[in-house]
Amino acid sequence: MKTQEAKRKSVKFADGEVTTTEFLAEGHNFCTGCGESLGIRMALKALGENVIAVNATGCAEVCTTPLPYTSWRIPWIHTLFENVGAVVSGVEVGLKILVSKGRIEDRGIKCVAMGGDGATSDIGLQALSGAFERGHDFLYICWDNEAYMNTGIQRSSATPYGAATTTAPAGKQSIGQITRKKNMPAIAAAHDIPYVATASPSYRMDLMKKIKKGAETEGPAYVHVLVPCPTGWRHGGEVTIELGKLAVQTGIFPLYEIENGRYKLNADPPELKPVKEYLKMQGRYRHLSDADIEKIQAMVNADYARLKEKVAASSASS
Amino acid sequence: MSKRVALEASHAVAEAARMANVDVISAYPITPQTHIPERLAEMVADGELNAAYIPVESEHSAMSACLGAAAIGARTFTATAGPGLEYMHNVLYVAPSMRLPVVMTVANRALSAPISIWGDHSDVMAVRDTGWIQVFCQNSQEAFDLTIWAFRVGEDRSVLFPVMVHLDGFPLSHVVEPMFLPGQADVDRFLPRFQYPYPLDPDRPMTHGALGPPDIYSEAKLAQEMALQESRNVILQAWKEFEDVFGRRYSPVEEYRTEGAETLLLAMGSYTETAKIVIDQRRDHGEAIGLISIRLWRPFPYEELRRAVKGAGRLIVFDRCISFGMGGPVFSEVRSALYDEDRRPKVVGFVGGLGGRDVPEKEFGYLIDRGKEVADRGSDRMMETVGIR
Ligand SMILES: Cc1ncc(C[n+]2csc(CCOP(=O)(O)OP(=O)(O)O)c2C)c(N)n1
Ligand code: SF4
Ligand SMILES: [Mg+2]
Repeated sequence: MKTQEAKRKSVKFADGEVTTTEFLAEGHNFCTGCGESLGIRMALKALGENVIAVNATGCAEVCTTPLPYTSWRIPWIHTLFENVGAVVSGVEVGLKILVSKGRIEDRGIKCVAMGGDGATSDIGLQALSGAFERGHDFLYICWDNEAYMNTGIQRSSATPYGAATTTAPAGKQSIGQITRKKNMPAIAAAHDIPYVATASPSYRMDLMKKIKKGAETEGPAYVHVLVPCPTGWRHGGEVTIELGKLAVQTGIFPLYEIENGRYKLNADPPELKPVKEYLKMQGRYRHLSDADIEKIQAMVNADYARLKEKVAASSASS
Repeated sequence: MSKRVALEASHAVAEAARMANVDVISAYPITPQTHIPERLAEMVADGELNAAYIPVESEHSAMSACLGAAAIGARTFTATAGPGLEYMHNVLYVAPSMRLPVVMTVANRALSAPISIWGDHSDVMAVRDTGWIQVFCQNSQEAFDLTIWAFRVGEDRSVLFPVMVHLDGFPLSHVVEPMFLPGQADVDRFLPRFQYPYPLDPDRPMTHGALGPPDIYSEAKLAQEMALQESRNVILQAWKEFEDVFGRRYSPVEEYRTEGAETLLLAMGSYTETAKIVIDQRRDHGEAIGLISIRLWRPFPYEELRRAVKGAGRLIVFDRCISFGMGGPVFSEVRSALYDEDRRPKVVGFVGGLGGRDVPEKEFGYLIDRGKEVADRGSDRMMETVGIR
């Protein structure tokens, strides 16, 4: 393993080094411009090869493992949609006891679990909550594309207010999604786990740093990544990165960390861009009137102000 | 050196898991299984067992964590009952399909509604087709023996299937019985250390649980079925080795006083013992009657069953479950297994003992008399009942 490490090249970026090794092999079936695939590619570079991954059912699993092929150059296991928090618990506990019995060499193998927003904030929430509460040493990554994309763009609890999906379509009587996006990072943080963060593939060094930090954290860590989905959000694949940036710049998806309960904003632009710029680029919001957009703007402003209050409270108490 | 002890079947199971040196236990409490995980948690807490106990938040997670632990190469154990078993249902299929050898005790319990904490076989029958190797116990000794044996069979490199060990909730799970506990050296001789051939390992990255497109799914499933059928060889071999080491004999279909029997009774689990008492009484009165008990429920022991019923004119099957709309599930399977025989007994199915309803000797007497009558004269009912008002 050491020699492999030596052989591996890395490339210097403005603020760090990134390995040239690809742990997500080419030839996968993700759609062109898929934000989830970009996020996974970057996360795996940050994690390196001394890792075991547990994946929920969803686009990430379906697009990478049509038998007899696989895109994973790391040990990887998928069983079901709803249980990834529990499967990773078993892997982590099994690993620990076998290391303690001397049957696996002690070399700090990291356990990483991942799933989409549906696998995380809906059907798999109980299993994940259990894993957080029991304090397993693992990193959980949520690839949030704001709907059940693998099954055809059905709404999830992470779908934002006003977005049209196939099970909450916009129509004469409905704006589409009528509920607010579930605040999954806050739910993770409410388990008093040591590390929670949000990230975006449009901010790649930030994403990779957070993934690495989460993996190195002792105990449970949670990184929530917003990943634009051209197919489900109805936008061109070439604007994926731009949309990811706009989500942050409008304050719709702020980049922050919650370390041992303390909130820290990683990017706090002096002025937020209007949400309209972000919404107008996506077909899922095409039906929104100016008044609807005003309402969403007000929601975003309020949410952002609340987040800043938490950040201020955290720094005041430090 | 073995020693004679008195143990509740649940504690016998926990003792077996301890002597098997399990690495990971992942379980969720449900009556009547609770004494098993409680005893194991206590052993871990007291340092009597060097294992990790995962106090999961549900049965679904109990089995899911078992998958993860087994995939990294840990010897993995869990236990559940009735509703807990059904709550795991989706996960149950994954273990055999991914060839992950977990061992699970099921303290058989009825299903809701109405809610019942008491025993029957509704839970077993609903997971019949999940691909697990499944065996039934009749007493504490068997609960111990078959748990040790389950690890030996499931972890065999040519098998790699999970094994379910069924014991009746309450009449067995909570009853203290005399039994022999073997010495650790004998257990170690019989049960080698678990070496999973495909562990999750960064030095040998492997993809577990990939997507099966239509051009490969059928072959994957057929391969699984063939492997399960072939596991019979190891199942029989392991029972032979078990007899060599511990001196107790097991077989897929057990026969009791079947020589020259015109009528055979078929029961499973702890009621086999009640049935034996009744068979003895009837034999004493000269009745040509015997008992067979299916120990190995999956893979189904066709050959052994056919051999066991040869020569008998009547076979009375006692089910502790209703397959709604179809009668007794064991009855259906047994009758279908015998259909192609040139000379086969008349098969009559009874349902009883649901949700903890006791079926005492007297009721078995009725079951035999009525069963003979139906076999000889016929009946237009699909299902007979025993002990139900
Ligand atoms: C128990 C169960 N229910 C439903 C499904 C169908 N299903 C598979 S993936 C999926 C949605 C996945 O959504 P998400 O977790 O957000 O991941 P994405 O595909 O969007 O990346 C659904 C509903 C399933 N496989 N299993
Ligand atoms: S549907 Fe969306 S998330 Fe799934 S592969 Fe396509 S772009 Fe990616
Ligand atoms: Mg999704």
